[in-house]
Amino acid sequence: MALMLVKFDLKKRVKLAQTVWFMYWFAVMAGVLVFSMGLFFKIELRKRSELMDNNESHFLPNLLIVMGLITCGINAFGGKVCYDSLDPSKFVKWKPMLKSFLVVCVVLNGLLLVTTLLCFLMKIPLQFTLAEGLRNGMKYYKDTDTPGRCYMKRTLDLMQMEFRCCGNDQYRDWFEIQWVSNRYLDFSAKEVKDRISSNVDGQYLMDGVPFSCCNPSSPRPCIQLQMTNNSAYYSYDHYTEELNVWRRGCREALLSYYGGLMNTIGALVLLITMLEVSVTVGLQYVNSSLSTLVNPEDPESESEGWILEKTVKETFSDIMANMKAMGKGGKVDEGGDAPAES
Amino acid sequence: MLLKMNFTQQRRVRLAQGLWLLSWLAVMCGAFIFCLGVYLKTELIRRDEVMDNTEIHVVPNILMMVGLASIGTNWLASRVCQDSLDASRFPRWKVLLLAWFVVAALLCYMLIAVVVLSYALQGSLEESLKVGLRNGIRFYKDTDVPGRCFQKETIDRLQMEFRCCGNNNFKDWFEVQWVSNRYLDFTSKDVKDRIRSNVDGRYLLDGVPFSCCNPSSPRPCMRYHLTDNSAHYRYEYQAEELNLHSRGCRQALIDYYMGLLNSTGPGVISVILIQMSVLLSLRYLQTAVEGAMALEDPEGDSEGYLLEKGVKETIEDVKATVLNLLKFGQVDPSDAEESPVAADVDKAASPTPAS
Repeated sequence: MALMLVKFDLKKRVKLAQTVWFMYWFAVMAGVLVFSMGLFFKIELRKRSELMDNNESHFLPNLLIVMGLITCGINAFGGKVCYDSLDPSKFVKWKPMLKSFLVVCVVLNGLLLVTTLLCFLMKIPLQFTLAEGLRNGMKYYKDTDTPGRCYMKRTLDLMQMEFRCCGNDQYRDWFEIQWVSNRYLDFSAKEVKDRISSNVDGQYLMDGVPFSCCNPSSPRPCIQLQMTNNSAYYSYDHYTEELNVWRRGCREALLSYYGGLMNTIGALVLLITMLEVSVTVGLQYVNSSLSTLVNPEDPESESEGWILEKTVKETFSDIMANMKAMGKGGKVDEGGDAPAES
Repeated sequence: MLLKMNFTQQRRVRLAQGLWLLSWLAVMCGAFIFCLGVYLKTELIRRDEVMDNTEIHVVPNILMMVGLASIGTNWLASRVCQDSLDASRFPRWKVLLLAWFVVAALLCYMLIAVVVLSYALQGSLEESLKVGLRNGIRFYKDTDVPGRCFQKETIDRLQMEFRCCGNNNFKDWFEVQWVSNRYLDFTSKDVKDRIRSNVDGRYLLDGVPFSCCNPSSPRPCMRYHLTDNSAHYRYEYQAEELNLHSRGCRQALIDYYMGLLNSTGPGVISVILIQMSVLLSLRYLQTAVEGAMALEDPEGDSEGYLLEKGVKETIEDVKATVLNLLKFGQVDPSDAEESPVAADVDKAASPTPAS
């Protein structure tokens, strides 16, 4: 008993082939979409790789790019086969390889499903990479004269302005590191000497933040130095001041940005997987309907189409038997005709 | 006849098919022009708050109108093409075609005007930005005045996005009180000194808002006491280049908008060329098909031309028609003189005799 048997006459076969051909064109464009999404994600990761210590994993965007290219190629080929299926003479040359092609399609669909899962799961390693990278980034903020790190200040400033965030978890992170380079500190001044002797590592720590933490929506000109000193500014209370600097941490901001991006990509790849499954099923119907013509000479005769020739259980046990037979290699076996069935 | 060409039946068919494709291309070009107008308009509206007048808005407005009109016009041309090879359906377009040519020529003229205007209005844009930015900087501190409370945020975001400071340069901020009185302690000596130092009693300082800071500077941003070399370690006011953005916002915005208009220039010019070719091809098709319909053998050769008579004579005819229309109601004793003129006018208006 075949799985999901459908009867076909010539008109229905033609309609099926046309529909599946049309869907294959959508699937080719879907493949292009997957490729471009992988490329976009890769570029976004590269843009901020400095903030992730150049440590970020490019596995997911690379996988998306490769899957996109493979999907494009396979769908273009499938579309051509569908187009030729309307003409019996042309279809004959595709017939022998169609079964293996369908197996390849099924494997591809499985890989696409795995890619979808990865899109949702890869947020977790990304979170750790971001936390580590941002912490180091802030440490190197002042090193604008060290080759290899001289652009960290600009990168961090631009990132804080763009993502409207300050520090790793919050703005006080800047109080714990020295972000003013020693080149610009007057070591003969009393204030500098006091601050340096106030901590074990001899760092110039201050209760101030860089200008990129400032919030333009604040009604008051930005207060970025001596932030915890209420008497330094008129009518200022640092406990109640909310709009002065950005309150969100950059790790949270970047994570929500990349998380949103990966969720969108995952959802789109899921939709594309479903499209791929449906075109594979369609091609299987085309294949089976053209192989079971009642009268092989007459193209207008009736035929049947199915997804699987036997039930799921029987097909599965057939496959297992096949694999066992292949495993036994050239050994001559009494039940030698069993592997010949397909 | 001006630019006469011989058309066989096959050439007429080819011309009709080619023109059909060309007119659909022109429809898409019209859509492109419309989208371009919409994009320019939104970009201008986004920076509305730092512009004083809206003269420059005439450029995107014309683009949008021309885009819509050209979509309709070229779609009509494609319908004419479809009917042109069918002798029973073509005559109903006769009356419309003269109006179509006038409209298409008008569209080309307006597109050329847009290209010219986008250069001519640069001065007006500059003036508008100068006044708008000056007001923005003056009202920067008025975050508690309704109607002006967003000026601070607008100017800050503008300076950060376009990497500019002030109107001409950062010194514009020295001449304006940009700190609101609400945050000034009027009992402190420093505030009282500064207020007394100028006629209007304003709190002026040699400092700039944080949005002027340049992220590319190797040094944490210095934005107060800018003219005082001793206020910062190893700081020289005249030699410091990277600390703040050096460009003025007016120049930055003008460069941005001129860049936008310049990059759309080639697109508009190619649309003009496409529209002109549709116009000329449709004229040839019209005259060739009408010539063929007048023959005994409709599938024979006919002639297509741009103008039935030379340019000068056509202009004379048009002048006579217009004068005649103006004299419309007037009864003229020399009726006999009028009729040959009227017959001539009829011939000029519909160049080939209707069957």
